[in-house]
Amino acid sequence: MMHLRSATAGNPAALMAEFDTADRLLEVARAAHAAGYAAEAYAPFSIEGLAEALGVERSRIAPITFVAALAGGVLGYLMQWYSAVIDRPLNVGGRPLHSWPMFIPVAFELAVLCGALAALLAFIASAGLPRLRHPLFEVPAFTRATRDRFFLVLFVDDLAAARRWFQDWSPLALHEVPR
Amino acid sequence: MKLPIAIHAEPGLAATRREAMKWMAASLALAGAGCSRPAERIYSAAAMPEIAANGSPIHYATQLVQEGYGLGVLVGTQSGRPIKIEGHAGHPSGLGGSNAQAQAAVLQLWDPDRLQTVLRHDGPVASIATWADFAAAWADRPGHGNDGQGLALLTGRFTSPCLQAQLASLLQALPGARWHRCDGADTGAAQRGAALAFGRALQPVFHFQHPALIVAFGADPFAEGPGRVRHAADWAQRRASDLAAGRVPPRLVALETTPALFGARADERWACTPAAIEQLLQSLAARWLGGSKPVDADASGAEARLAELLPAFDGRLLLVGGEALSDEGHARLHALNQRFGSLGRSLELIVPPEDDGPLPAPATLAQLLDAIDADRVNSLLILDSNAAQASALAPRFAQALGRVPWTAYLGLHRDETAKRCQWQLPMSHGLECWGDARSHDGSSGLIQPAIAPLYDTRSAHELIALITPGETLRDGHALLRRYWRAHDAAGDDERFETFWRETLRRGHVPHSASAAQSVPHAQLPSGNPAAAQAGTLWGMFPPDASVGDGRHANSAWLQELPRPFTKLTWDNVAQLGPRTAARLGVETGDGLLVTSDDGRAHPATIEIPAFVQPGHAEEALTLALGYGRSEAGRIGNGIGVDVGPLRGARPGPVKLRAEPSGRRHTLALTQVELDDQGRAPARRVAFANAFDMPDAAAPQPSLYPPVPHNGPAWGMVIDLDACIGCNVCTIACQAENNIPVVGADQVTRGRAMHWIRVDHYIEADGCSNVQPVPCMHCENAPCELVCPVGATVHDSEGLNLQVYNRCVGTRFCSNNCPYKVRRFNFLQYAETGSETAKAANNPDVTVRSRGVMEKCSYCVQRISRARRDALKQGHGVGGDDVVTACQGACPTQAIHFGNIDDATSDVAAAKRSPRHYALLEELGTRPRTTYLARIDLPAFKKEGG
Amino acid sequence: MSSVLEGRWGYASIGDKIGAAVLQHPLGWRWLLAVIATSFGVLGFLTAIGYLFGKGVGIWGVNMPVAWGFAIANCVWWIGIGHAGTFISAVLLLLRQKWRTSINRFAEAMTLFAASMAGLFPLLHLGRPWDVYWLLPYPDSMGLWPQWRSPLIWDFFAIATYLTVSLLFWYVGLIPDLATLRDRAAKPLTRFAFALFALGWRGEARQWARHGQAYLLLAGLATPLVVSVHSVVSLDFAIGNTPGFHSTIFPPYFVAGALFSGFAMVITLAVPLRSAFGLHELITERHLENAAKVLLATGALVAYGYGAEAFMAFYGGDRYEIALQVNRWTGPYAAVYWSMIVCNVLLPQAMWWRRVRRSALLLFALSLVINLGMWMERVLIVLSSLHRDYLPSAWRVFVPTTWDWLFLVGSIATFAWLFLLFVRVLPLVSIAEMRELVHERAEGRA
Repeated sequence: MMHLRSATAGNPAALMAEFDTADRLLEVARAAHAAGYAAEAYAPFSIEGLAEALGVERSRIAPITFVAALAGGVLGYLMQWYSAVIDRPLNVGGRPLHSWPMFIPVAFELAVLCGALAALLAFIASAGLPRLRHPLFEVPAFTRATRDRFFLVLFVDDLAAARRWFQDWSPLALHEVPR
Repeated sequence: MKLPIAIHAEPGLAATRREAMKWMAASLALAGAGCSRPAERIYSAAAMPEIAANGSPIHYATQLVQEGYGLGVLVGTQSGRPIKIEGHAGHPSGLGGSNAQAQAAVLQLWDPDRLQTVLRHDGPVASIATWADFAAAWADRPGHGNDGQGLALLTGRFTSPCLQAQLASLLQALPGARWHRCDGADTGAAQRGAALAFGRALQPVFHFQHPALIVAFGADPFAEGPGRVRHAADWAQRRASDLAAGRVPPRLVALETTPALFGARADERWACTPAAIEQLLQSLAARWLGGSKPVDADASGAEARLAELLPAFDGRLLLVGGEALSDEGHARLHALNQRFGSLGRSLELIVPPEDDGPLPAPATLAQLLDAIDADRVNSLLILDSNAAQASALAPRFAQALGRVPWTAYLGLHRDETAKRCQWQLPMSHGLECWGDARSHDGSSGLIQPAIAPLYDTRSAHELIALITPGETLRDGHALLRRYWRAHDAAGDDERFETFWRETLRRGHVPHSASAAQSVPHAQLPSGNPAAAQAGTLWGMFPPDASVGDGRHANSAWLQELPRPFTKLTWDNVAQLGPRTAARLGVETGDGLLVTSDDGRAHPATIEIPAFVQPGHAEEALTLALGYGRSEAGRIGNGIGVDVGPLRGARPGPVKLRAEPSGRRHTLALTQVELDDQGRAPARRVAFANAFDMPDAAAPQPSLYPPVPHNGPAWGMVIDLDACIGCNVCTIACQAENNIPVVGADQVTRGRAMHWIRVDHYIEADGCSNVQPVPCMHCENAPCELVCPVGATVHDSEGLNLQVYNRCVGTRFCSNNCPYKVRRFNFLQYAETGSETAKAANNPDVTVRSRGVMEKCSYCVQRISRARRDALKQGHGVGGDDVVTACQGACPTQAIHFGNIDDATSDVAAAKRSPRHYALLEELGTRPRTTYLARIDLPAFKKEGG
Repeated sequence: MSSVLEGRWGYASIGDKIGAAVLQHPLGWRWLLAVIATSFGVLGFLTAIGYLFGKGVGIWGVNMPVAWGFAIANCVWWIGIGHAGTFISAVLLLLRQKWRTSINRFAEAMTLFAASMAGLFPLLHLGRPWDVYWLLPYPDSMGLWPQWRSPLIWDFFAIATYLTVSLLFWYVGLIPDLATLRDRAAKPLTRFAFALFALGWRGEARQWARHGQAYLLLAGLATPLVVSVHSVVSLDFAIGNTPGFHSTIFPPYFVAGALFSGFAMVITLAVPLRSAFGLHELITERHLENAAKVLLATGALVAYGYGAEAFMAFYGGDRYEIALQVNRWTGPYAAVYWSMIVCNVLLPQAMWWRRVRRSALLLFALSLVINLGMWMERVLIVLSSLHRDYLPSAWRVFVPTTWDWLFLVGSIATFAWLFLLFVRVLPLVSIAEMRELVHERAEGRA
């Protein structure tokens, strides 16, 4: 919600339009973005291209996950090497202290574990979660955003202009987002 | 086995030793230690001040009395507690070997079920009394006024010179009293045989190191008789030295009914019924000494073979007869031994040590019973003889006891006999009291206590002294010294003290063996052995290999010690041959109804599980004694079946009838598969190849770089050619390493805990092959690799360690052990209940808790002790400085242990043997424990061995 | 070829349909009855565990040489069952298999609960379970570490990772649906609970984008786990030198077996679910048929495994391997072996017939048979090698005690109990993903 806060900071008012199909929302979103509006779209399911339409920047989840997994694997291997070779060298079954093939499975599992945890955290952070309170939740109609309605919000200083702009797209309804 | 330990004797000021010990006991008891250590209270501080400091055990040379005879041992004590019995190399009875019963003596001492106080049982219930009460009661027993008329003494067999003298003087003081002796399971048939042949009862003493051919007739000289440990030791020494010199060692020939230790090592073996053996003896006697031939000739071909062998080995022969043999059979054996010149060479006849004294000939138990029936007995004193259970006349004696007005019993346990006596007197254990005894060859030795009596007990010496009119001494030590002072050749006091100290140090009186008796030309007995008509089922009643005639029934160690060949624990069975089993329609575990068929008025019947055993003679049942006891104690009560009722009044085999009972029994077996599946884990090699056998233990190639090690490299070699499968290693290890007993049910579930097991395989050619299997201490140990917490790892000296405190109990190590030598505490097995049971534990060895893995540690506590001692003396540990428990107990020195890096060590020499091989070496585990293959001797050719 | 979504559905109706299972509680007393019945099993399980910890593993039939018994077999069985869930939700996602959509949610739940059961057994079978944390690398006062060469350590890390990743994957997938339920829930408490776990999801375009990326990444991370976890489990045996264990075929053979038993369990759960909640249009014959095809394929691999084991024993000519193989066929556990062949190899061939693949009832029966067969396989792997290895003197059979059976039944009851709770409180089909299907169909792409 960084973006929303920053948007609302510049633009005192926010107007929400309600649509009934995904394609319609996609259309309007593209137009709004083209018209230079600070806009945000809401849908009950993932709509291909919607984020791009609004010009949402690429996330860094993938690289973060990769680095975390790598780190987990390498550190995991080092831990085994240190404990078995440096810290407490023991003759186990006459095997070499540095039995590298046998250190691989744990290193691998740790890589996956760290990667997964990193992916979750990166997602939560970059998706602006958790946030249990949000102005949008004050709009009664918005509950259908998780059901069967598609919403587009414009952040503007001039509500009237926004209403006019929306008229061309004949939304089912227009809602003011309370402050 | 030479033990690198000092043996401590007892110096001058010993008159006060007993008091001192009592005082120590009291003080230590107050201090909470609870056990007295006689030693350093007596020893001048100069002698051994540091013993209290380091935990090394103190060893006392003494004797354990088994069936009346002395077996020389060293008692290892720690913090004053007898912990472990070791063989005594200096003693003629075992030359350093020991047997299972000897190893179990420690547990018997600490047995919480021992009779702990004087009990008076003249009312409905027994009440606690004192020795003074008993003395008073003795004084006014019925007929006390007269000279002992109506007083009867019943004893077991005993050879104590001191006790013989004491008893003699008692009988002198009370001329009216009569002394009866009940010999228990040991029948003394050989002596009666000698009486038939030579006119006087004589005891044969065998010298197994001399003959080139030993033939056993229904005998197991390695497992029965007072000389059994010595026999095995002599045989093994002779065999080893012959093999070392490339000579063919002595051959063994066995004619036996029940598979036994001797027969398993025999080069030629015939399984015969006792009757057939008697027949064979008669025809052999007839062949060379005249006399009547048996009615039906021998079918097995044994006779022809022996007719060929005996003359070929003339003068280098030894014929041994077993307890089950008839008196006539023994007489014929004596005659044959005489004929073939064994007398004086491989066999000597001595006056039976039990009769070699001032005593008159004892009356028998039967005579006592007659006297009781005739109301000629008004008071009866029983010294350590459980005749109401162990003797052939047990049932009759048990109810006769009730008719004697005044009865007293001295014994270790409140057993079947004690329960029927009015006075139940606690006897001191052999490790608690002074005494003496004579060995199989008649040589005398002293018995010194290793601990003060745990309870207010008396020894037999002390009891006799208490009741002998005019006897002033009460203390066993004083009594013993008085006797030996009187009978000591060395005149004056000072030399006596030297003699006394030396004897205690040595454990026996040197050159005191009985003189060989010269005998006249043997008379052949007239009587013919019972003809064995077909279809007769013969019953044999040997004492059980572990619990004997029942006297060891309350020893958990012995109960759980797998019997040789059957691998049975906690039970007795009817062993029989496969064809007989098929005829009777039973398999192992099926119940058999066995009925006596010897024409007695009221035939006895018992129900007992069958055990089908290849190699057992057909048409014969072997029914071990010692089970079905009602008053043995918490361990021994109500397990197994009492086969006593089937026995005849006279010793020897009995005709039986048997039929399936239809009941199934679960047998607590430690090994269920006796077929080695052609995998030959216990290898055998022909004599011809024994000296250039391809070196089996050439190290397998390995991907792993060699692990550098410093210090000694411990290793073990087990010589299968010397092993007789007597199991003593197993129980010695149990005693040394606090190995818990798990009980019959857990054994049945496959959870026996022994660290060294003796595997038994019956091979294709019928050979019964044994193989002790401890931990192999592999250099590339598979068990270590898979432990997730590193609870089992290697140390720098090549030991495969088990770290109990780190073990979480995944049991992965056992899965990955190809030898399956690891043992797991599936439940809380270690005894934590009774204090005395705890006291038997070796303080140097951790007592394991539930949920941890354990296994053979190569007696790591002994290794570290040797290391500490070596450090103190400022040199490295010698290659042979460590003796493991199993090695120390082995009568045949089959187990070699030491530093394999030290080329001069005994074990290194063994590893150089051409017979050397590693078990499952193809797995590349590089075991440190390896084996020497057993040698099969070449078939005998006419020109002789 | 029937579609993966039948009937006429709108964004709202399909969401309501799935949500109803949670919000309207359509099963009512029948569900309650099932829960009560299974909770007796759970109680029994807990009691057995208490007794086990009090007395020791000696209450089982384990012995020397068979030091591992049902406990490890059950563990291997359960972990195998878990695999199908991950396979469906991760691998099929990456392969863009639409038919996974309506079954991945409860399949993942199955994975979680099965893996939990699996994780429980190695702990229970320890001699000293209270010391289990010694398997973790932590600052030990004695400076001790785990022994990294032990497959059990690998196992420990593998199962722990597997549980965690499966849970994360499952939860990330759930977030939008939780939001849906939040906005549909009538009762304030329910609403609050869903709101809490939905983390304030608003269905924002940016959130959907991030969600999609994270979900794909997790799928990518879960996919190697499908292969690795059961491979590691198989190494618990294959690393050992015991005849029958020491074999390179074990990892693939175990993974195939895992998917085989897993998909069987998916069917075992799917068939009652769809009839109980009337989801025939969501979980269609197409789904059952595809699952059946996977069963055929993995079943073939498992059969190959059995064949290869036997072949290699004789081809390798190792006397111990041959003896073991012959013993499997004729020894004390021969009956188990042949019933296993019937359950896992013979009967599943029925699925070559389309009629069978499309008959829910037959598939359900077959899936039960396969579950049983795979359990027998796991038991056989543990027992047959251990009870007769190198030295005949050490041979001894394993006889399960009542407690052994109680632990098996108890774990099954606990699994069922957990699953019943799941269908009551969470949407057992992914609403958001179903809406995508509806959307695509609306645009004539389904």
